[in-house]
Amino acid sequence: MKEFPKYLLNRIGVADSHTLRAYRSQGGYQAIEDVLRKPWTQEQVIGVMKDSGLRGRGGAGFPTGMKWSFMPDITKDPRPRYLAVNADESEPGTCKDRVLMERDPHGLIEGCLIACYAMRSKAAYIYVRGEYRLSYNRLQAAIDEARAVGLIGKNILGTDFSCDIWMHKGAGAYICGEETGLMESLEGKRGHPRPKPPFPAGSGLWKSPTTVNHVESIFNAPFIVKNGAEWFKTMGVPKSTGNFLCGISGHVNKPGVYELPFGLTARQIIDEVAGGVWKGRKLKAFFPGGSSTGLLPASMVDVVMDHDSVKAAGSMFGTAAMIVLDETASIPQVMDVTARFYDHESCGQCSQCREGTQWLHQIFRRIAHGKGSPADLDLLVSLSNGMAPAKTICALADAAAIPTLAAVKHFRAEFEECIRLGRDPLRQESKTAPELHEAHA
Amino acid sequence: MALPDKLVQEFTELVTHYPERRAGLIPALHRCQEELGGWLSPQVIEDLAAFFGLEPVEVFGVATFYPMFRLTPRGKHLVSVCHNISCTLRGGEELLAHVCEVTGAPVGGTSPDGQFTVVRVECQGACANAPMFDLDGIYHEDLDAQKAERILRSVK
Repeated sequence: MKEFPKYLLNRIGVADSHTLRAYRSQGGYQAIEDVLRKPWTQEQVIGVMKDSGLRGRGGAGFPTGMKWSFMPDITKDPRPRYLAVNADESEPGTCKDRVLMERDPHGLIEGCLIACYAMRSKAAYIYVRGEYRLSYNRLQAAIDEARAVGLIGKNILGTDFSCDIWMHKGAGAYICGEETGLMESLEGKRGHPRPKPPFPAGSGLWKSPTTVNHVESIFNAPFIVKNGAEWFKTMGVPKSTGNFLCGISGHVNKPGVYELPFGLTARQIIDEVAGGVWKGRKLKAFFPGGSSTGLLPASMVDVVMDHDSVKAAGSMFGTAAMIVLDETASIPQVMDVTARFYDHESCGQCSQCREGTQWLHQIFRRIAHGKGSPADLDLLVSLSNGMAPAKTICALADAAAIPTLAAVKHFRAEFEECIRLGRDPLRQESKTAPELHEAHA
Repeated sequence: MALPDKLVQEFTELVTHYPERRAGLIPALHRCQEELGGWLSPQVIEDLAAFFGLEPVEVFGVATFYPMFRLTPRGKHLVSVCHNISCTLRGGEELLAHVCEVTGAPVGGTSPDGQFTVVRVECQGACANAPMFDLDGIYHEDLDAQKAERILRSVK
């Protein structure tokens, strides 16, 4: 593989990379200083973000600059406005934002300042999943350091720009990674997603204009402001620009979080970046971007990893969380685990999702345990078509249904064999843990 | 009973971060759980309701929505073992069985000596370092049976 320029993870190599001193010594906070001192207009900041082509890294791939431009004109709409940073990294397989928050928290903070300046937000809330205690503590310490030197608070760097940044802890609910569920949770409620419209830019947190951005998207902003849109577009492919963080896990020799340019194939990432499939085994399948993205069989490993190419292959780029399955993996068991997850995480508002995720889980579970019936595969398909696309308030039902359709499409024969044999030939008997509540299993 | 003064002071500052007081509720539930025995008793729910000007049932409704909040007492140490996909692919279920064996606790229960409560949890975002568990708020990653046992015995 050719060498390529990197920027996202360059700073984390130095000692105490999470401190203000280390961040400053590597050019940190120069982008926001430039924006405030020159000063840039809000439109200029949004303009460079748009021109860069940066697409959100949280799963949907929506252009970040475009999202920023949806905030209403302050001269016509004087309500306070907010930035919410989605640091609720919970998509199974995804473990990349943690690296940025634990080891380069000031980079995220500088990104928040730029975003708040561009959108005239008076405050940013960083919503971190509750389990990420180290991320939370590192970010809080970084906020305290930045506040102490006048980078957060009133009249930042002596200008008339004022902005607060607050940490906020979630409590283990996946649905709060959905932007409207996140806002409900931030307001101190159950994380029930809101119907859209209204969209957050019109009515978000406390009914005020709000933009919700993903950690890695915001983290890109200082680099783009400092180096320009043209620089950014030299990396990646025309419609997916820049580099991205790829967390690769499962059956590979070197699982990890890697900075990569868009445009490599899944094969290159698995073989050349992650050291190949482990134990000398063959590849069977992979999730390209987290468990909500449709499973792709080994025959599709030459798919190019960018938003549009993965979509054309019938899946999604998602959070670039590749989960690799070797030839010994049982697809019914894998689907049992992922279906259980959506069953557990459905918020319960929409019947299609509340009931559908439970049904999908029960069906995959019985097939994986050799108790499936020949009608089950058609039932999985008809249920999934009743849940998605876009039949519910948010996309959780889609996240359960679309991978179900993909699994049945690509691995129908394997499911049929489990049903015919009355057992899963790939199941390996291992120690099982004693359960207190059988119902949970 | 009422909330300890220390927490009341903390929450009084906390609510200034938000335009509406209620937004401090989930962070406050976390702090109560951390400081007041590792779970949220009915009394704590009532005290928080009073602080936030809510009905106890509203606070209860929020607390029950979020898996990190516990409404029953637990052992001295809490072990949360990930059983989602990346961990399962690399031995997460075997790790869980081993944790139960070492601690003497069933999944979802507490060991007879009251030392450990063991729970299954969904993805903790440690997928590239699977399998893993969280012990009292600290991640332990790239685990195997020996390493897990050593960690658990060190706090016992």
